[in-house]
Amino acid sequence: MLRYIGFEEARLLAISSFAYGGLLFLLSSGFSLIFGLMRIPNLMHGSFFMLGAYFGVSMLEKGLTTDALKAIPKIGGAFNFLPSFTILPPNFFLIAIISGLLVAGIGALVERYLLRRLNGQELPQVLLTLGLSFVIADLCLMIWTGDPWQPATPAELRGVVQFGTLFFPLYRVAIIGIAVVIAVALWLMVDWTRLGAMIRAGVDDPQIARVCGIKVSQLFTLVFALGAGLAAFGGVVGAPYLSVYPGLDADMLPLALIVVILGGTGSLLGALVGSFLIGLLYNFGQAMVPDLSYVILFLPMLLVLVLRPQGLFGRSIP
Amino acid sequence: MTMHRRKVLKGIAGAGVGLAALKAPYVWAQDAPFKIGLLTVKTGPLAQGGIQMEQGIATFLKQKQNTLGGRKIEFISADTGGNAAGAKTKAQELIEREKVNVVLGPLAAAELLAITDYVRDNQTPLISLGAAEDVTQRNANPFVIRASSTSGQCTHVLGDYAFKELKFKRAATVAEDWAFGYEQMAGFQRTFEEAGGKVVKKLWAPLNTPDFTPYIAQLANVDCVANGFAGSNPVKFMRAYADLGAKARFPLLAGWTAMDDALLRSLGDEAVGVVSAHWYSSSFDTPSNKQFVADMRKDYNVLPGGYSAGMYIAGQCVEAAIKLVGGKSVDGKTFADALHKVTLDDTPRGKFSLDRFGNVVGTVFVRKCERKDGQLVNTVVKTYPDVSQFWTYDEKAFLANPVYARDYPPAKNLE
Amino acid sequence: MSFAPAGFITVRRVALAITFALLLTLPFWVGNSYYINISSQILLYAVFALALNVLVGYGGLVSLGHAGLFAIAGYTAALLLDAGHGHFVADVAAIVVTLAASAVFAVLALRSTGIGFLMITLALGQIVWGIAYRWASLTNGDNGLKITTRPSPFGLSLNGAPAFYYTTLLVFVVALVTMILFVRSPLGASLRGTRDQPRRMNALGYNVWLIRFFAFLFSGFWTAVSGLLFIYYNQFISPPIAALQTSAETLLMVISGGTATLLGPIAGAAILVIMKNVVSSYIERWNLVLGIIFVLIITFMPEGLVPGVTRLWRKGWSTLRGRKPEPEARKTGGHGS
Repeated sequence: MLRYIGFEEARLLAISSFAYGGLLFLLSSGFSLIFGLMRIPNLMHGSFFMLGAYFGVSMLEKGLTTDALKAIPKIGGAFNFLPSFTILPPNFFLIAIISGLLVAGIGALVERYLLRRLNGQELPQVLLTLGLSFVIADLCLMIWTGDPWQPATPAELRGVVQFGTLFFPLYRVAIIGIAVVIAVALWLMVDWTRLGAMIRAGVDDPQIARVCGIKVSQLFTLVFALGAGLAAFGGVVGAPYLSVYPGLDADMLPLALIVVILGGTGSLLGALVGSFLIGLLYNFGQAMVPDLSYVILFLPMLLVLVLRPQGLFGRSIP
Repeated sequence: MTMHRRKVLKGIAGAGVGLAALKAPYVWAQDAPFKIGLLTVKTGPLAQGGIQMEQGIATFLKQKQNTLGGRKIEFISADTGGNAAGAKTKAQELIEREKVNVVLGPLAAAELLAITDYVRDNQTPLISLGAAEDVTQRNANPFVIRASSTSGQCTHVLGDYAFKELKFKRAATVAEDWAFGYEQMAGFQRTFEEAGGKVVKKLWAPLNTPDFTPYIAQLANVDCVANGFAGSNPVKFMRAYADLGAKARFPLLAGWTAMDDALLRSLGDEAVGVVSAHWYSSSFDTPSNKQFVADMRKDYNVLPGGYSAGMYIAGQCVEAAIKLVGGKSVDGKTFADALHKVTLDDTPRGKFSLDRFGNVVGTVFVRKCERKDGQLVNTVVKTYPDVSQFWTYDEKAFLANPVYARDYPPAKNLE
Repeated sequence: MSFAPAGFITVRRVALAITFALLLTLPFWVGNSYYINISSQILLYAVFALALNVLVGYGGLVSLGHAGLFAIAGYTAALLLDAGHGHFVADVAAIVVTLAASAVFAVLALRSTGIGFLMITLALGQIVWGIAYRWASLTNGDNGLKITTRPSPFGLSLNGAPAFYYTTLLVFVVALVTMILFVRSPLGASLRGTRDQPRRMNALGYNVWLIRFFAFLFSGFWTAVSGLLFIYYNQFISPPIAALQTSAETLLMVISGGTATLLGPIAGAAILVIMKNVVSSYIERWNLVLGIIFVLIITFMPEGLVPGVTRLWRKGWSTLRGRKPEPEARKTGGHGS
């Protein structure tokens, strides 16, 4: 039942655990902020991840050029009138950021014009976000077809590096680095800026925050956009090893939920620890208890929830 | 108010006429179109293969100007969503409402298994793409034929080739944790071990595995790794395989879905060097294949793979069967019998015939993936003509064993 | 209902009577057996949605694990039939096993409410799904199990589409009647109480946990019945039916139709089944259309289709009579508070 693993395998698994955890953090930190601040179960968070990845794939093919627009399957022909023009070279991380900004814009629109009206009504929010996720999934299928897309791993991060006798898969190490940078940036923002203070106040008690003169409505739009953008950025960063395919949204959404539930909502530290925990659990669980591979994430989650319904780090869940 | 009532009455009368038309008994007439129904998947995670299936049959019908064996063809495509319940409902639509003469598809094994009894009870022939072994073996059904392959049909070849030609002695297998994976890897293990090799590790990954590291990290001390992934999983798997440095150490072998020609456009350098066994090759030199590949390139700008070719060949089978019954309108049983008798000299996969269970006997290609002029291609390195689902085994002895499964044939050499 | 204008009640009754008459005669006017089968599907999913609505609508407990219970009923019956037992034994056992599973689900999930409840049920559903795939020696994995025969109660074969339709209709009517009785019963009233004012109910001496527990069992019972209808309809069961997608779709039926109403889940079931099976034959991008329908429903009728249409109708009726519209009773958003 239990398979023992050697040092070399464990080392590889550990690296992958943190890389995967890093991706999950990019996905779920936004989800956690949105849920913590706005109490919106954003069931289109997986769609933001997928959409970002598709945007990234299209831009990476040809760089950020008008040719990339023309090369989008099905609808690209509409841009044929444009001259060939290069805005930016196909730099992987630049494109990940642009992709994140694009999806952040979409997120802001969704919050401003659709979600805003449903303030406080949880079930209608569920229906709306799920409905929109259907729309996004089908549009993606229409535009990018059913084929899986996988951008090449950035050339300078391909393969393995060697330290002494040990090999490290480079791109995975890079993802860990990116996740840590983003985590620190988010932490600085939340703990040290005015915006962060407003977010914290909003998470703690929205009503009091409003009374104190915080423009909660703008704050909501901003946080929702930020969450959407982070997910999309994560989608591009993850694309070289998760690939992009129809159904990626539905695969990622439950993971965001699990991370946030384990870590507790509205807590960045919780999301970070939860992400790494899921990464470790997933990688070591699959390798060591193959018989439970299908339920390796849900069984521990069930245990945590039943024993500690507020999550490992959270205050009580509303 | 009176006016309203009249309107209502008129409406009801109108509806009545409409219903009468619907209920009119279906008349078989010489000039009535022959109806082909396609069960495919155009939405959701399996859409990749499903869209290709539709392109394949559409290409065939376009080439034939919608006329097969003198009969005008009416083509109806139905989107099952890729699940068993959807397949059943759509089969009902095609058979009960549209009264199709033959059903092509469906894509997934579970979809196929959900409707085999139904098509038999409704006497409608079906040309399957789903690979579930027993559909043309222990539970063979006179209304079902298969023009693609069983799960093990190609991996039998792969196992034999890996030992005899590539001289590999120790192998690991990895595939999705479901029947298509079990059956493919069972076929590989059987021929590989009977030739003298040892399968020392069999790994199964859940269908929705995001990252294959936990499986790749377990590979050690083998000469090769055989994989049986499908859908978008081979793309993810091969990238991780290369990124983790496994590719340099253990040559990778693949079943047909993992290295389908249509998948090449989604793959990169990580696929170079992978050896695979497939019942179709887009580079195979037959007149019909050249035409098929050229038309697929022209109409859809794609290199076709097994999903499209399978349905193209299914179309050829329908044409041949219509000719066999002399272009006449016949009942489902007669048409199913005619389908079983189909033999073709020129299909995209070469010579084609069916065994007595309705499964194809045809060419299997061993290919090696290369980069030529910047493009990935699967170059054929060996062809095995007339491969049956029973490989070289005696049919009776083969069927006396249990169906291929996770633990059959038993893996005695696991370490 | 007592606030409704008299005319409205009459219209409503007439509409219900007509609907029932239409349902009763459906096989005679709908024409093709395909449409009879689609109607059977709508009814069986309506039973499922009604069962989920007990928790979601009246209890304020959003479950994403009901597909697990649905599948447990189906698999239990399929396995027993496979082992050679009769339909009666298999069906009764399926219901008993599903009730037991519901009790386990309830004990675990009722540790929490709100999103915690949702996540625990989600996890339970996913575990059932995982077992259905992985324990292939029992469930035959993704190759699924066939149900070769349908039952023939009192010697009446249910093989034809009309016979199966009438059986489903009968079950559906019984389910609807028990739902009406449940909603009006003291248990139903106290369940709504626990949704809106759990603390006050507790203070009043109600055992909130027990009320929710019984509601869960009641919901589980009808989930089991719909699961049985499902396998007899399809004569096949395989793991995807236990997946999150089934739970989510059923939840969408309930919310889009209107939670805590009896007609809402039925309307929702009709929308989903028709979109998925009928409209998909004509519109390739039916998923897109379905998504847009949901967005439109929620934009114009956040309370769901049935209550929304009722509201608009009342408004229209009052305007017609030259009265001022009734003040809308805003729903005290009882969920998650």
